[in-house]
Amino acid sequence: MADTMQFDLVSPERSLASHPATAVQIPAAEGDMTAMPNHAPVLTTLRPGILSVTGPDGTSDYAVTGGFAEITPEGTTVLAERAYERHADNRAAIEAHLEEARKAATEVAGEHKDAAEKFVADLVHLLDHMQ
Amino acid sequence: MANLKDLKNRIASVKSTRKITKAMQMVAAAKLRRAEEAAEMARPYTEKFNDVMSGLAASVGDSPTAPALLRGTGSDATHLLVVITAERGLCGGFNSSIVKLAKQRATKLLGEGKTVKILTVGKKGREQLRRDFGEYSVGHVDLSDVKRVGYVNAQDIARDVLARFDGGEFDVCTIFFSRFESVISQVPTAQQIIPASFDADASSGGTLYDYEPSEEGILADLLPRGVAVQIFAALLENAASEQGARMSAMDNATRNAGEMIEDLTIEYNRSRQAVITNELIEIISGAEAL
Repeated sequence: MADTMQFDLVSPERSLASHPATAVQIPAAEGDMTAMPNHAPVLTTLRPGILSVTGPDGTSDYAVTGGFAEITPEGTTVLAERAYERHADNRAAIEAHLEEARKAATEVAGEHKDAAEKFVADLVHLLDHMQ
Repeated sequence: MANLKDLKNRIASVKSTRKITKAMQMVAAAKLRRAEEAAEMARPYTEKFNDVMSGLAASVGDSPTAPALLRGTGSDATHLLVVITAERGLCGGFNSSIVKLAKQRATKLLGEGKTVKILTVGKKGREQLRRDFGEYSVGHVDLSDVKRVGYVNAQDIARDVLARFDGGEFDVCTIFFSRFESVISQVPTAQQIIPASFDADASSGGTLYDYEPSEEGILADLLPRGVAVQIFAALLENAASEQGARMSAMDNATRNAGEMIEDLTIEYNRSRQAVITNELIEIISGAEAL
């Protein structure tokens, strides 16, 4: 059994990471999941949260907001709408994003309302975990 | 024959024009490199996204429960044309060729009895479309304050388009932009984004995935993002094309200015000679008359 797989993290503007990994913890829409090599193929959407990648040279964390992840036995590709390294410097960016989301949540109505409010709640939760 | 002083001024003015066009060309070259890099960096995301989407779209297919963004509204009576152009001119036929393509499409659709709505992105497109198609314009997105197009700009445009779609304002949405092929070749392109169309062949031989949430849940989440992704890709292509077009336009202008300076210099020297000859004749004939 292969002990590593290819991990890619790309945002629309650039590719943030591309290296081998042994485990990737993904904040999936319906709960966190950890992908390891030879995982069954899964396609899932993301909620805002911390993406944690364990590689041969240690663990790196990223804050992601929305997007989706494609898991295959050979690798994991995360396409995040916005992704930041988990770093205090990037708090401000996420806070700005939260403001935006809050505003959007008050504007929408009907079926999208719940989704928008959950998005805000997830962002708040994410901010709590950013140090 | 033009006066010597006038010629001299003309030469000086063409020379300073040449300096400006030369500078603009070099700035465009630097910006082009950056724009190309940005387009290059965005490519993995767009490609992956389209791969996944085409797989999903193929498996959900034409089922009646498929989201309207994929299936369409069932009619094609109202078309929204999103015309993406530059904020600035002096880039050769770049803006005009996009506008021309959009005008052709609009005229064709109107001829078929369809309703046309136009959303312009970029000042130049609005200016050119205002005369003939001003009545169809439903909005304008101003990007003149944006130094470098980001995904956020694409998201804003996508949000606007999606809100109009949800409001039932149109059935089919097509974006017009210029695809960057090389510095000397930019191809004006029309791409339909709603209902979404994907290359069918990309989905064949795909892996069978577990979907979380359901296939259709994912599609409903991803399709609106897909609109933003495609607009973002178009914006990036357009930015690279604009700089490429400006670079070759300014290169031409610099060369033309050089030729003009040569011609004017020859004319200047000839008239200077003529003036000297004339003066000599006058002096000699004056001396002979004494």
